[in-house]
Amino acid sequence: MLLRAFRTDAQLPAPDPVDNPISCAPNLASAAPERIGSGQLNLPGGRLLVLLACHAIAAIAAPALVRMLGPRALYAVAAAPAATFVWALTHAGVMRLGGALTETRPWVPELDQELAFRMTAFPWIMVLLVSGVGTLVLAYSAHYFTSTEEGLGRFAAVFVAFAGAMFGLVVADDLLLLYVFWELTSVFSYLLIGHDPARSASRWAAMQALLVTTLGGLAMLVGFIMLGQHAGTYRLSEVVADLPSGAYLVAALVLILLGALSKSAVFPFSFWLPSAMAAPTPVSAYLHAAAMVKAGVFLIGMLTPAFAADLPWRQAIWACGALTFLFGGWTALRQTDLKLMLAYGTVSQLGMIAIVLGTGTYDTALAGAALLAGHAMFKAALFLVVGIIDKTAGTREIYSLSGLGDRRPLLAATAVVAVASMIGLPPTLGFVAKEAMLAAFWNGGPWDRAMLAVLVAGAALTVAYGLRFLWGAFARKPDTAETDAAPAGPGFLAAPMLLATAGLAAGFLAPAADGLLSPYADRYPHTGHVYHLALWHGFTPALGLSLLAILTGIGVHFATHRTSAWRSVKLPLASGTVYKQALGGVDRAAVELTGRTQRGSLPFYLGVILVSLVAFAGGLLVFDGPWPHAIRLYDTPLQLVAGAVIVTAAIAAALARRRFTAMILTGVSGYGVAMLFVFHGAPDLALTQFLVETVTIVMFVLVLRRLPARFSERPLKLVRRFRVGIGVAVGVVAAAMAFVAVSGRTAAPISEQFPDPAVTYGGGHNIVNVILVDIRAWDTMGEIAVLLVAATGVASLIFGRERLLIRRGGSRPAPPKTGEQVKWLARPETSGSHQAVILQVVTRLLFHTIVLFSIYLLFTGHNHPGGGFAGGLVAGLALMFRYLAGGRAELNAAAPVDAGRLLGTGLLVAVGTGAASFAFGGTVLQSAILDFELPVVGHVHFVTSTFFDIGVYLVVVGLVLDILRSLGAEIDRHGESADPSPALAPEKEPA
Amino acid sequence: MIPNLVYVVVVGVLIGAGVTLLLERTLTRVLIGVVLVGNGVNVLILTGSEFGTPPIVGETPEDGMSDPLPQAMILTAIVITLGITAFLLALAYRSQQLLGHDEVQDDAEDRRIIDLAERDEGPDAKENGDDGLPHPVYHCAPGKEGR
Repeated sequence: MLLRAFRTDAQLPAPDPVDNPISCAPNLASAAPERIGSGQLNLPGGRLLVLLACHAIAAIAAPALVRMLGPRALYAVAAAPAATFVWALTHAGVMRLGGALTETRPWVPELDQELAFRMTAFPWIMVLLVSGVGTLVLAYSAHYFTSTEEGLGRFAAVFVAFAGAMFGLVVADDLLLLYVFWELTSVFSYLLIGHDPARSASRWAAMQALLVTTLGGLAMLVGFIMLGQHAGTYRLSEVVADLPSGAYLVAALVLILLGALSKSAVFPFSFWLPSAMAAPTPVSAYLHAAAMVKAGVFLIGMLTPAFAADLPWRQAIWACGALTFLFGGWTALRQTDLKLMLAYGTVSQLGMIAIVLGTGTYDTALAGAALLAGHAMFKAALFLVVGIIDKTAGTREIYSLSGLGDRRPLLAATAVVAVASMIGLPPTLGFVAKEAMLAAFWNGGPWDRAMLAVLVAGAALTVAYGLRFLWGAFARKPDTAETDAAPAGPGFLAAPMLLATAGLAAGFLAPAADGLLSPYADRYPHTGHVYHLALWHGFTPALGLSLLAILTGIGVHFATHRTSAWRSVKLPLASGTVYKQALGGVDRAAVELTGRTQRGSLPFYLGVILVSLVAFAGGLLVFDGPWPHAIRLYDTPLQLVAGAVIVTAAIAAALARRRFTAMILTGVSGYGVAMLFVFHGAPDLALTQFLVETVTIVMFVLVLRRLPARFSERPLKLVRRFRVGIGVAVGVVAAAMAFVAVSGRTAAPISEQFPDPAVTYGGGHNIVNVILVDIRAWDTMGEIAVLLVAATGVASLIFGRERLLIRRGGSRPAPPKTGEQVKWLARPETSGSHQAVILQVVTRLLFHTIVLFSIYLLFTGHNHPGGGFAGGLVAGLALMFRYLAGGRAELNAAAPVDAGRLLGTGLLVAVGTGAASFAFGGTVLQSAILDFELPVVGHVHFVTSTFFDIGVYLVVVGLVLDILRSLGAEIDRHGESADPSPALAPEKEPA
Repeated sequence: MIPNLVYVVVVGVLIGAGVTLLLERTLTRVLIGVVLVGNGVNVLILTGSEFGTPPIVGETPEDGMSDPLPQAMILTAIVITLGITAFLLALAYRSQQLLGHDEVQDDAEDRRIIDLAERDEGPDAKENGDDGLPHPVYHCAPGKEGR
C-alpha cells in the first residue's frame, strides 16, 4: 500500500504557490522534506462526505445486489472502500508535508454542532488501512461465502456500512461526531458477530461485545463532554495540552480511557475479543484485527500529544497495556484453535501498541504508528489464511492439521511472510517497527528501561506463538493423519498474499514510510537525536534486544514440544468471569429492585404516590407557603347550603356499604356541585353538570343490576384506617393548596379581555361557548376525540368477542314500518310486559319535544346558556327515556343509527369546520360571521363555529347512545341469555 | 384574591373522600372515588375564579361578570368525566362477568417477580434449571480456553 502511495504521490496537483503554504514540490528522495507544521488545505466540494455517502449507498444497495449476483456482488460493494483508498492515496503528498485536510458542514446549528472532519498524517494512515483492508477482505469474502450462505445480503450491507463508520471515525474532528461513529462501529460489529443468529454462541458473543464496548463508549462520552466543557471546544484538533490539570481532568481522562481500552480489548476488557471469533473469519480479519479494535489505540494516539504528561494517562495505559501484552501472548500460546491463537495474539499486540502510542515522545509515536500499520497488514493476512484453512480443510485445530505446508506451499509462504512481520524478522515492516520501538525505549529514562523488559518478554512470547502457529497450521505431525485440503482459487488467495506482501514491501521502503509517519511524530518535541525508520541501523542495542527476543521465543517454542505441564498455567486474561458475575449481579439486582418496588398492587402504588404528594406538596405548604390572612366565608349564604349538601353526601358516600346507596349519594353531591355553579354565576356549567349527573345515575343503575348489592368485605381495620388517613391528609393538602394558590393570585384574569372580541370576532354573546368553539376550540377538539375513544372502549369491553357484527345494532330488528305502529311505543312487547304504561305514554309525548329542545339549546348556545354539550346531553336523555320505557328494541326504533357512525360523523364535522376555515384562507377553526336575509325566516345571523358545535353535539349524542347500547341493551341480552356468563360464550346468535 | 371558605372546604372533603375510595380494591368504589375527585378538582378550578353574574354579553354588565375561562375548562372536564365513568363502569361489569367480582387483583407477573426475589434467583432461573448459572450459553462460548 505504501508503495502505491508513493507512486501516485507525484501525480498530485500542485497547490497554488501563492495562496497556499504547501508550495514546494514534494521531494520524495529527501530523507527530511520540508514540512509545514500547521499547514491546512481545505477540500473543495466536500468529497469526504461524498465518500461517506458512497458507503451508505453501497450498504443500501448491497442486499439487492447479492440477490442478483450472489457472492460476487461483494466485489461491487467493495467499490466504496476502494474509492476511499484511491482518494486517500491522492493526498499522500499533502500528508507527507504535514498538511491537513479539513471539511466542515453545518449539522445542528442551534447547538453549534458541525460535521467537522480533519485528516492529518495519523488519520490518513488509518484511512488507508481501513479502506485498503476493507476492500481486500470484501473481495476475499466473495470467495469465502457460497451462494447458499444465509443472510449474505445483510452481511454485505453491514460490512460496508461498518467500513464507512470506521472511515468517519478516523477522520472526525469533533469529539461528539467521533462518538457517533464510534458507537456505529459497535453496533455494526454486534450485527456482524451475530451473523449466524441461529447459534447461541454467536448471539452470546455479539451481545457481550456490544455490552462491553458500549459501556466503555458511554463512559467515553461522559469523558468527552467533560473534556469539551473543560477545554471550551469539542474540536479534537483544538483540545490542546495546556489544560489546567486536576481531579476534573483526571476523571475525564479515566473515562475516555475506559472507552478506548474496552474498544481495543485491552486488559481488563480483553475477554470480549476472543468470544467475538464466533463471527465469520472475514469479519474477524477486518473488525477484530485491522479496523475496529484499532479505534481504541487510534484514539490514544490522537490524544496522547495533549495528555501524555497528565496523570493518569500514561500510567494507566502502561499498566493495562503491559498486562495485556504478556497475558495475551501467554494465552495465545496455550490455544489449539488457530483462530483463537490469532485472537489472543491480537489482544496481546493491541496492548503493546497502546503502550507505545500512549508514551508520548517523537520516537515512540513513530514506532507506534509503524506498529499499528504493520499489525493491520500481517494480522489481517493471517486471519484470512486461517479462513482458507478452515474452509478447505474443514478444521482449524492444530492437532487435526498435518502436512498442509507441503500440499499448499503458496498458502504456507503467505503465512510465513505474515508471521515474519509479526515476530519482527527482517526485512519486514514488523521488524522495522519493533526496532524503532526497542530503540525508543532504550534511549528513554529508567521507567522506559523497565518497560523495555516487558516489551522484550512480550516480543519473545510473540515469537513463540508465531512459530507455534506456523507449526500448528502447516507442519507434518507424526501421530496425525495427513490433512486433505482442496486447493484455494487465486481469487481466494489474492487478498492474504497482497496483505502479506505489502508488509514485506513496506519494510524495504522504510525510509519512505518514515517520511509519511514522521508528520504525526512531529507533534512531539524532538529530543536530541531524531530516529528514522530504516531496515539497518547498524549493530545497535535494539538489534541485540530483538535478537534476544527471537532466540528466547524459539527456545520457548521448542520447549513447548517437550512438555505439556506449561499449558495448565492459566493467566486471568481471558476469563469472562467478572463479566458473567456482573451480568448475573445486574439481573439479580433488577429482580430485587423490581420485587421491592413493583408490588403489583394498585392501592400500594396509589398510596405511594399520594403519600409523596402529602409529604412534598404538604411540606412545601407548611414551610414555604405564603399563608394568607384574609378569607371570606361565602359569596352568598346559599353557597353554605350547597356546600353542606355536598360535604354530607360525599362523606356518606365514602362510608356507604351498599353500591346503590353510594351511587345515589354521589349523585346528590354532584347535584350539589351543580348548585354551586348556579350560585357562582356559571349557568352553562350548572346545566351541563345536572345533565351529566343524571346520565351518570342512569348508567350506574344499568350496570348495578348485574353487580352484588353490597360491596365486598372491607379488609383489616388497620388497612382501612390507613386508607382513610391518606384520604384525609390528601384532602387537607388539596384544601390548603386551593387556599394558598387562590390567595397568591395577583394578576388580572386574561378573560377580562374576552367580552369584546367574543362578540366582534366570535360572533356570540355567551363567552363560555365562544371559548369552547372558537378561542380554545383546539381543547374542545381534543376532548371530543377523548370521548370517542372512551365510547369505543366501553363498547369493546361489553361486546367482547361478539363485537363487530352485533356491536352497533346488528341484533336490532329492521326499522319498524309505519303501519305496524299501533301501540304507544314502537316495540314495547319485546322487552317484557313489566314496563310502566304511564312512563310509555309520557315518553311518547315528550320524546320529540325533548329532541327539539336539545336542538334549540345547540343553536341558541352561542348567545345563551346551552351549546353542543348541553344539547347533546339533552338529546341523549331523550333516548334514555325511550330505552327505559321500552327496552333495547325501543332504543333501536328511536335511534336507528350506529353509535360509532354518529361519533365518527361528529368528529368529522368538527374537523371539517376547522379544515374549511383553513381552506378559505383563515387559520384553522377560525369563525366567520354571516348575516343574510332568508325568505320567511327573515334576518339570519350565522356564525360558522356553529358547525363545530354541531360536531360536538353529534359526538355527545353518539357517546350516550353507545353507553345505552352497551351498558343497557347488551347487558340486557346477557341477562336474558340462558348462559350464566354470556360474555364468555363463544360466537352465538349471529346477526 | 381572597379565597372562599365554602369552596375550600368542599374541595378538601370531595378530594379526601374520593381519594379514600380510590385506595379501595372494589372497582365500583374506585369509580365513585373518580367521580368525587373529579368534582373536587372542578370546584378547585372554580375557587380561583371571580364570582359574579353569568358571562353573557349584553345580559349582564361586564364589570360584575364571573370569569368565563375556568368555566370553559370545567365544562370540558365534566363531560370527559362522563366518558371515564362509562368506561370504568364497563370495566367493572366486564370484571364481574369474567371473574365473578369487581375487585382489582394484584398483577400476576409482578407476583412472580416478587417470588423470584424472595427465592434469590435471577430472571432466567426457571428456564435454565437450578445449576446457579443464569446463562448456560457461557459453557459453549467460543472464548473457552484450550484444554
